[in-house]
Amino acid sequence: MAVIHDVIPAFELFQPASVDDALSLQSRYGAKAWVLAGGLDSFDWFKDRIKRPEVVIDLSQVKELRGVRATSDGLEIGAMTTLTEVVHHPMIREKYSILPSAAEAAASPQIRNQGTIGGNVSQDARCWYYRGGWPCYRAGGNICYADTPTGLNREHAILDANRCVAVNPSDTAPALIALDAKMVVRTPKGERVVDAENYFIGPGTDITRMTILKPGDLLTSIKIPSTWAGSQFYFEKVRDRAVWDFALVNVAAAMVMSGDSIQRIRIAVNGVAAHPVRLTAVEAAVVGKPCSEETAEMAGQIAIRGAEPLQYNGYKVPLMRNLVKRAIRGGSAQA
Amino acid sequence: MNLIQWATSPWGQQVPTHISWILLWVSAIAGLSFLIVHALYVSIWAKKTAHADSSAGISPAVVAKIPERVPRHSLSARLFHAIMALSMLALLFTAFLPKVGVQFAWVTYHWIAGIVLSISVLYHIFDAFWFQDFWSIWPDKIDIEDAGNRVKRAMGQDAPAPRKFAKYPLENKLYHLAVMCAGLSAIITGLFMMKRVRTPFFERNPYLFSDMTWGWMYVLHGLAGVGFVALVITHIYMAIRPEKFFITKSMIFGWMDREHYLEHHDPRRWSVAPETPASATPASPESKKAPA
Repeated sequence: MAVIHDVIPAFELFQPASVDDALSLQSRYGAKAWVLAGGLDSFDWFKDRIKRPEVVIDLSQVKELRGVRATSDGLEIGAMTTLTEVVHHPMIREKYSILPSAAEAAASPQIRNQGTIGGNVSQDARCWYYRGGWPCYRAGGNICYADTPTGLNREHAILDANRCVAVNPSDTAPALIALDAKMVVRTPKGERVVDAENYFIGPGTDITRMTILKPGDLLTSIKIPSTWAGSQFYFEKVRDRAVWDFALVNVAAAMVMSGDSIQRIRIAVNGVAAHPVRLTAVEAAVVGKPCSEETAEMAGQIAIRGAEPLQYNGYKVPLMRNLVKRAIRGGSAQA
Repeated sequence: MNLIQWATSPWGQQVPTHISWILLWVSAIAGLSFLIVHALYVSIWAKKTAHADSSAGISPAVVAKIPERVPRHSLSARLFHAIMALSMLALLFTAFLPKVGVQFAWVTYHWIAGIVLSISVLYHIFDAFWFQDFWSIWPDKIDIEDAGNRVKRAMGQDAPAPRKFAKYPLENKLYHLAVMCAGLSAIITGLFMMKRVRTPFFERNPYLFSDMTWGWMYVLHGLAGVGFVALVITHIYMAIRPEKFFITKSMIFGWMDREHYLEHHDPRRWSVAPETPASATPASPESKKAPA
């Protein structure tokens, strides 16, 4: 069981000043090293004494990982840019307003001042069995305590469950998928650029990781192409406490209209699976259709196909359906 | 080095969870080492096995009746072998590719291959009991005696020349025994483990057994799995060795030629003549039924 202690276990702290130094340290210490961004996920683990890294690599001094830069095709956000900076950055607010909306929905102002966008998309699952230090699949064991007839699984997955039923808790992740963002990852072999939707992995692929990052890999920045700049955006997050909580379900959509009909759309939801889910079937179904109640209803029904609720999270199915409906309608009507 | 991974259950009990995956490499290296040592032994040290003249006492009429193509494996046995081999390879790839870094959603493919293997093995057991010569694959007294004699002769001691084989050489029989043990372990534990994942067949029930029982079940499944890595390596190696290739061919085409039969097999221990005359009385239960 998780027990909050006053003092976290000792570790050796490194504060590299460059990405190269950080990668060198990661390469030297491998799986013994823990990469620290804002620390809001990490310190929970450390204080609960469930994760006990020998080495912590604090990225706070790596200036090249901070800030927002305009590029020839959109903009690039350093992975260590705080959520508050993302929320208030004028260029992001002007062209990609869905991202500030999503970032502002994350946690509390104090946490957003410290939390980074790289950390927000790379944070670990919040399943309390897992966070409690129980030997579940995600922790390397051979059982999911949440997916049992008596398991407390109100916040857990309704889609793509594969042994583990934890969900991805990120608010910015679906917004980045809707914006067709690219994740820039430095690995020992060089730089990789992957689509945001492929940055996240489900338990079927690797039950112990939420993203493609392996020991030695580092998310350095997030590139947002201009493809969806200035589109019609929709972001909505439903949570138990409006002031500060993880999403039960959230939805992010970017739409380009042609007259009354939808010309292009990208839509993603989170909180329903171990990875944010891009709703490609919904996208294909609504393109060319008007933003009407019928289209929204159809989109909602398509979105929940294949949903398999657990004992206590059946409410997520209509919640997800209605959020998708609202996203298609642009929030102009009530679901 | 821990060969078994342990965890603390929610009730504070130390329970096994898996084997250590280092055993995968141990098994692979063991399999590869075996084939290297065997290949060196055969090419450098081993002398051609001198069999006792097993033709003595067999009527020339019986020898004359041995067909040019000696039937060895029925179509159903060959189909079983092919299906079992494919499902086994699918199981090994889906189990171990993710462990060596090739990430994909493997669980569904794994249990589907497991179901195919289980059904094929059930069929094989039924077929072997009722339609094949069930005892022909089990080591018998003659095999044990001859194995002892072969070892003595290899060490330069005096011992009678080993007799020719029955339908299966002792090595085949021992390999079958090892595969049977590992296979049944993997299948039985695997079928129980399906209660832990979502399938159309069972309602999930991870609390069917205690954490300790589940843990040992995972360990046994893992040991059988990594054991199969070495077993498959040695099997493929033996199948492609030139001097064994006639056996491999017989698993593909169903028959072996008369020359190989007479060179390696004792007609009294594996009778294939259409009608066995009284002078060539079968020496073991292995020839009681028609060849598979």
